[in-house]
Amino acid sequence: MPKLTLRVNRQTHTIDCSASTLLVEALREQLRLTGTHVGCDTSQCGACTVHVDGASVKSCTMLAVEAEGAEITTIEGLADGDKLHPMQAAFQEHHGLQCGFCTPGMVMSAVDLCKRVKAPSEPEVRTWLEGNLCRCTGYHNIVKAVMAGADGMNGGKP
Amino acid sequence: MKDFVFHRPSTVAEAVAMLKARDDGKFLAGGQSLLPVLKLELAEPTDVISLAGVPGLRDIRVDGDRVIIGASCTHDQVARSAEVKAHLPALAALAHHIGDAQVRNRGTIGGSVAHADPAADYPAALIALGATIKTDRRTIAADDFFTGLFATALERDELIVAVHFPKATRAAYAKFAHRASKYAVVGVMVAETAAGVRVAVTGAAGVVFRVPAMEAALSKAFSASSLDGITVATDDLNSDSEASAEYRAHLIGVMAKRAVQACA
Amino acid sequence: MSGAEGIGASVRRKEDRRFLLGKGRYTDDIVLPDQSYAVFVRSPYAHAGITSIDTRAACEMPGVLAVLTGKDTVDAGLGGVPCGWLVKNKDGSNMVEPPHPSLAVDVARHVGDPVAMVIATSKAAARAAATAVAVDYDVRPAAGNLDTATAPGAPLVWDAAPGNICFDWHIGDPATTDAAFAKAAHVVEIELTNSRVAPNAMEPRAANGHFEASNDQYTLYTTSQNPHLTRLLLAAFTLHVPEHKLRVVAPDVGGGFGSKIFHYAEELLVLWASKKVGRPVKWTSERMEAFVTDAHGRDHHSKAQLAVDANGKFIGLRVATLANMGAYLSTFAPAVPTYLYATLLSGPYDFPAIYAEVKAIFTNTVAVDAYRGAGRPEAAYLLERLVDKAARQLGIDRIELRRKNLIQPSQFPYQTQVALQYDIGDYQATLDMALERNDHAHYEQRRQASAKRGKLRGFGISTYIEACGIAPSALVGALGARAGLYEAANVRVHPTGSVTVFTGTHSHGQGHETTFAQLIAERLGVSIQNVEIVHGDTDRIPFGMGTYGSRSAAVGGSAIVKALDKIVDKGKKIAAHLLEASVADIEFKDGQYRVVGTDRVKAFGEVAFAAYVPHNYPIDTVEPGLDESAFYDPKNFTFPGGTHLVEVEIDPDTGVVEVVDVTIADDVGVIINPMIVDGQAHGGLAQGIGQALYEEAVYDSEGQLANDSYLTYTMPRAADLPMFKVGNHVTACTHNPLGVKGVGETGAIGVPPAVIGAVLDALAPLGVTDISMPATPEKVWRAIQAAKAATGKKA
Repeated sequence: MPKLTLRVNRQTHTIDCSASTLLVEALREQLRLTGTHVGCDTSQCGACTVHVDGASVKSCTMLAVEAEGAEITTIEGLADGDKLHPMQAAFQEHHGLQCGFCTPGMVMSAVDLCKRVKAPSEPEVRTWLEGNLCRCTGYHNIVKAVMAGADGMNGGKP
Repeated sequence: MKDFVFHRPSTVAEAVAMLKARDDGKFLAGGQSLLPVLKLELAEPTDVISLAGVPGLRDIRVDGDRVIIGASCTHDQVARSAEVKAHLPALAALAHHIGDAQVRNRGTIGGSVAHADPAADYPAALIALGATIKTDRRTIAADDFFTGLFATALERDELIVAVHFPKATRAAYAKFAHRASKYAVVGVMVAETAAGVRVAVTGAAGVVFRVPAMEAALSKAFSASSLDGITVATDDLNSDSEASAEYRAHLIGVMAKRAVQACA
Repeated sequence: MSGAEGIGASVRRKEDRRFLLGKGRYTDDIVLPDQSYAVFVRSPYAHAGITSIDTRAACEMPGVLAVLTGKDTVDAGLGGVPCGWLVKNKDGSNMVEPPHPSLAVDVARHVGDPVAMVIATSKAAARAAATAVAVDYDVRPAAGNLDTATAPGAPLVWDAAPGNICFDWHIGDPATTDAAFAKAAHVVEIELTNSRVAPNAMEPRAANGHFEASNDQYTLYTTSQNPHLTRLLLAAFTLHVPEHKLRVVAPDVGGGFGSKIFHYAEELLVLWASKKVGRPVKWTSERMEAFVTDAHGRDHHSKAQLAVDANGKFIGLRVATLANMGAYLSTFAPAVPTYLYATLLSGPYDFPAIYAEVKAIFTNTVAVDAYRGAGRPEAAYLLERLVDKAARQLGIDRIELRRKNLIQPSQFPYQTQVALQYDIGDYQATLDMALERNDHAHYEQRRQASAKRGKLRGFGISTYIEACGIAPSALVGALGARAGLYEAANVRVHPTGSVTVFTGTHSHGQGHETTFAQLIAERLGVSIQNVEIVHGDTDRIPFGMGTYGSRSAAVGGSAIVKALDKIVDKGKKIAAHLLEASVADIEFKDGQYRVVGTDRVKAFGEVAFAAYVPHNYPIDTVEPGLDESAFYDPKNFTFPGGTHLVEVEIDPDTGVVEVVDVTIADDVGVIINPMIVDGQAHGGLAQGIGQALYEEAVYDSEGQLANDSYLTYTMPRAADLPMFKVGNHVTACTHNPLGVKGVGETGAIGVPPAVIGAVLDALAPLGVTDISMPATPEKVWRAIQAAKAATGKKA
């Protein structure tokens, strides 16, 4: 089986990996980074969202080999040690999660938005999250959390 | 997904040669159309040839009266490009509403155009603006490019390297998105370029098409009311659980008017 | 306490940290040593004889450990998947209870019915081999949906069920109801469908079975809302392994909404197969597989008549409902359209006479069972649509007609004509609160502003009630349940005063790790940081019936309170000894035992320590240790209710409906954590709006599911929903120690009729009088066109 070198959460890993392995499979099954989830098979739900060179990407719709040479960040790599990333802190503060399954993808997607738009409006947040499904929260508190998380990422209180 | 051999050519010529040498190879750009197809095993190529390492396909530049977009430019890149926003704001807006944020971060114009999904957004822009598709070996007018459902004029081993868009005096795209998939149920691009007014419809039929009656009416008077009473026959329109042919025909009228209004 | 961490505080959730860091542990995250993987071969036909299954090619493929078929399950003596609730026909005879083999044996009865199970060393190998299993099908005509199944001469799903009738049941008094209609000044009739929806918890189902030969022990990791119930059914009905050799673990579970209550065949099969192949066997559903294997919800067709007197007072209700069961009976399926539906048909209204008939119908579709609300949304939708129609027909304002008929606060306890006795409520208060918060007085200005923008604005209202906290065991037993519906808790105080609570309920998003810790903080004065809530493991928790029907706080919380009472009482005896006082003189407050009226105190921690280090201890009369268990069997259902108001804007050119305002006032009883309660309401509202506008699982007459992926089944997204205005008015439940009622389902129950009511209100000026769920753009557009055409004809 071909060898593949992936750079994930600031660490370099070399794994055995067939060409058809999806990035999410490599992350979950080989690197055991199980925070990235799979909620569908048609590239719709966004539970598998990670960052590839800083941009949010559905890791179920990208081959692991395509990620070679890129800097990948998963939900496990977002916090600074024990200190939650401001977006993670905002999700807790605003009850932006219930069952937690969509949460990693939601948070990764939200961070990408808030790197681009410093203070996104409610419609901007809702539109941006089109690629992420949540069945628990009705999105109400997720939207609040993302807006607060944007503040937090820019030095405010999450 | 069936396994395959993965290739990383570093030039267009190498990529094309690789595909030519394989019976069942596929080019891989952003993968947002190809990977869902492979995951559902609707295609099982023996070789996948990545274009990620091919230089020169990710540039956007303005050349006289044309905006040239490299085939590997992502939708997000097109949506945010200063050049596109300045010279073809309707195209930037269209790109900004393709799929969702994650799809726009990976999906490319070349990939989308080559895949020729009947509900994709770009075909409407290519047809309405009268774009040309530059491949490794020739230039194809958009009018000749989309030949049917997931079918194009591309030869088996032919690779798109760029899409050339004429600048428009005015243009806008109005989309009625499928509520589940976010593809176009009906997407109408209205554009006025040096070549005249065009109205192109995606999502409604097996392949993108123009509406000559609307084009004629808008050429006479470019206003939404010019479209009053112009209908599209339902015979060739798609009918599915999201929208019947009759509803699609109606939506074409509504979206065309909205696009005209947005041009103003 | 009632301070920063007690009852009433919006404590931030303890469980969030692990989820936010990606450290949640869901079933598919678990990989056991020597893990193997299962993939199912499933019927692509809704109804087909299985002529032959050739597994030879598949067996020889690389990595394949076994390929098992229905015949193997029969040879092994595996039991069929049982139904947990049986109802009686009108004539007292038993309903039809067909077999439910874990793998189809001779006949496949719905698309997705499993016919073979492939086990291999990797998922890819199992998938590849599954495509090599050759099944010969003899395709038969199918009863693909309610219409085809009830048509004359319809294909039979089961030979034992003529007319595809599973049961023909009724409730209420036909004679008094007929009498009421005979004297009615007005009779209002409605016929409607309650659409079929797929539950779609974001985590697909998964099961990992592990048989350890060294001690004959089976362990199942599964996506379950009730691991003890699954263990019970495995032991008694399907695997035939006694409970002490069977451990069921439901780790972090990514949402359930009912769909993970039921015992599914895959759970049994991975355990059985694990013993066969000598390795743990894991199956994880794909989403498209979930669409055709997870039990769906709703799917009713009803006719109803409302009798109203000359003063606008409701005097009688008659309902006839057809309920789709699917091909097999899922765990609670018969209870949903009967005891969870027809018993709620009085709603919040004072009805002197009700008669309801329910026919349950088999179809060649996946099972239909409890989905968020389970029966109660069907009742609320029918009743509220009927009340709206009555208002229009009688020319009475919708709000006024409701006010006229709501049960008055003075009427509680209120005995309905359909078996339930409501203990308490104040429906006028929630109605007033919702109208005030929605600023309904200025609705007309908003409507005109919408009109200026070319939009049709509509206002919808629903005053609803539900029954939660399922349920008194003796009562449900008399009604056909094969289980009791109490709850269990064990409160273990550790020597240094920290506390572990073992609860039989299961949290899959509800936040029990926080809410239940707040009960401990409130009662014992122990910080929630020193409290651990353990759930979801049959080896660690004494027993439990799980989480569904908004029962966790009302039943599970009450069990915890009962155990806490025992802890406090035992502590009093210990404290009395330490303080050299009489037990009668000891009070416990704010985490301290005190001799009443003195400053002589012992902290709770000191008493706990003494219980485990009993040097100075009343050892002759009190056992060491501070660890108490309790079972709580509820005395009645609880009855949350409220008012949901919705405003929509419709684009008349496209038919697109936008929900622009949702204002609700609920009475869910005493609130432990307001933040979590609001979050539950939000989620229910999204699912209710989803059903009303976006979602529908459409089976064609052939039994093919037209929308079996997220490309075609519309899940509500962030941009489809507004911010919700949620308010609460509390009347405390009278029969449980916490006064709680339950909040998990309110949104899904109350809001669908308000959404449809708003759509019809917006379209009423055009002459539209009916629309079905989901009110899709095309449906709305067509309704407008049809109304225009009709008006044109009249004019």
